[in-house]
Amino acid sequence: MRIFDPHIHMTSRTTDDYAAMYAAGVRALVEPSFWLGQPRTSPATFLDYFDALLGWEPYRAAQYGIAHHCTLALNPKEANDPRCRPVLDELPRYLLKDRVVAVGEIGYDSMTPAEDSALAAQLQLAREHELPALVHTPHRDKVAGLARTLDVLRESGLPPERCLLDHLNETTVGPAADSGCWLGFSIYPDTKMDPDRMIRILRVHGTERVLVNSAADWGHSDPLKTRHVGEAMLAAGFTEDDVDQVLWRNPVAFYGRSGRLELEVTAPAEQLFEGNSILRGGA
Amino acid sequence: MLTPLASLRTGLELRLGADARAWLHLALTEAADAPRYAGRHGLPPWERHFAAAGRHCRDTSARPGDAPHGTPHGTVPEAADAARILLLHAAGPDTEALARLYAHGSADERRAVLLALPHLDPQPSADGARALVEDALRANDTRLIAAALGPWSARHLDAHQWRHALLKCLFTGVPLSAVAGLEERAAGDGELARMLEDYARERTAASRPVPADLHRALRAARRPRAAGPAPGPAAEGTAAEGPAAEAPAARPSEQTWEG
Ligand SMILES: [Zn+2]
Repeated sequence: MRIFDPHIHMTSRTTDDYAAMYAAGVRALVEPSFWLGQPRTSPATFLDYFDALLGWEPYRAAQYGIAHHCTLALNPKEANDPRCRPVLDELPRYLLKDRVVAVGEIGYDSMTPAEDSALAAQLQLAREHELPALVHTPHRDKVAGLARTLDVLRESGLPPERCLLDHLNETTVGPAADSGCWLGFSIYPDTKMDPDRMIRILRVHGTERVLVNSAADWGHSDPLKTRHVGEAMLAAGFTEDDVDQVLWRNPVAFYGRSGRLELEVTAPAEQLFEGNSILRGGA
Repeated sequence: MLTPLASLRTGLELRLGADARAWLHLALTEAADAPRYAGRHGLPPWERHFAAAGRHCRDTSARPGDAPHGTPHGTVPEAADAARILLLHAAGPDTEALARLYAHGSADERRAVLLALPHLDPQPSADGARALVEDALRANDTRLIAAALGPWSARHLDAHQWRHALLKCLFTGVPLSAVAGLEERAAGDGELARMLEDYARERTAASRPVPADLHRALRAARRPRAAGPAPGPAAEGTAAEGPAAEAPAARPSEQTWEG
């Protein structure tokens, strides 16, 4: 079973997690920039975080045979802090970089005017950079939050096939599917979705445009939830091909729209020993 | 005879498909145009190409990958590294711009800045370049450490920094073949020999293997230094290294891309 986790915060995870994920079949992942639990107070700490998502974290992942990509954005929660807003001015430069496969996570947290304007501005950035957008749907007041998200998306002019609506559940999957966007489901140990509920949704909506992620982070979460869904699908009578579509081909198709997926991994040590003439640099 | 950068470019072009070659030509043209954008607001056009080199500059001639997606195994970084070095050379950023490109660069961009150091014209200030090398040597990313130990560091790092860089290579598994000027700088360095012997003893006491490269460095350190000026920066040699002398300052064009 080959697995692409389209939403996981590896910065908060250990190398044991990387090893377990590889053993479970995870070969690629996307780490969206989000908030770190502790609020940040200046754009500079965001830039250090972005640099880590483009430097140290892909290096760690490659050591365990996993291709790491990221999405960058000012997240909805911190969009409400005026001290963090200048991150929006720095994003254009960062969105150019290799391995940045979407703008995200963007969307709503408390549905404030500050969140409105950050979401609209960053959807515009996605258009300008020809990138997809990873849109977080709010955990509180979810149905109304999705409706407002879809309104802003329509106004933005970003085509629905370049947009992934994440953290969906039974009450939001219907309107999300009608919008033409890709459909993301976060499988958590307690909250959000569990594998059995995911199977019921897959039975009704099919496997098309559906992505499943662990959204594992610094909270109670499990980076192997993608694998658990694959196993639950097989036990429920879905075919290996169905599983491959949900756990690999769909995320590859969605993030592949960036033109920046690099699914081959070379372990750093191997690169050093391959006799790369440029690395040695002469003399 | 081609200069090292000209041969780097020729080698790169041979490995690129038509699209990537066209991208390279455009990017290099815009990089050569960089001085026109100095002081202007916003990102100079060539810096966009510098950021995007990995996805535009893909090696097509390398050994075929077995994977149905993406590019052949391990080939992207090499072509992109070469492209970024050529772009830096063409654009000739000053020390301040170089520091910015490094500070806000991905790991690949940072590596390219380090690899380009000895080839830049104008050369960055020694302090400016040293700050970047020191940053990379503090990192744990072995590819950054390796890139930091090119000919620039062989000439400019002081004895203490250079010895610690060598030890860090042994600690992190960076092969010493990545270290430029190893034999010359290590020769006759009694302090380095002591540090290597201590490290070997520590490993042995812990029943752990001594890295094979350690013996190579130790052999080099025990070898007497050849007559002539001391390697490393002028006026920074230790007493054991004899009177400080002018380092053999190779010009950028004299650097070679070892095959
Ligand atoms: Zn998240």
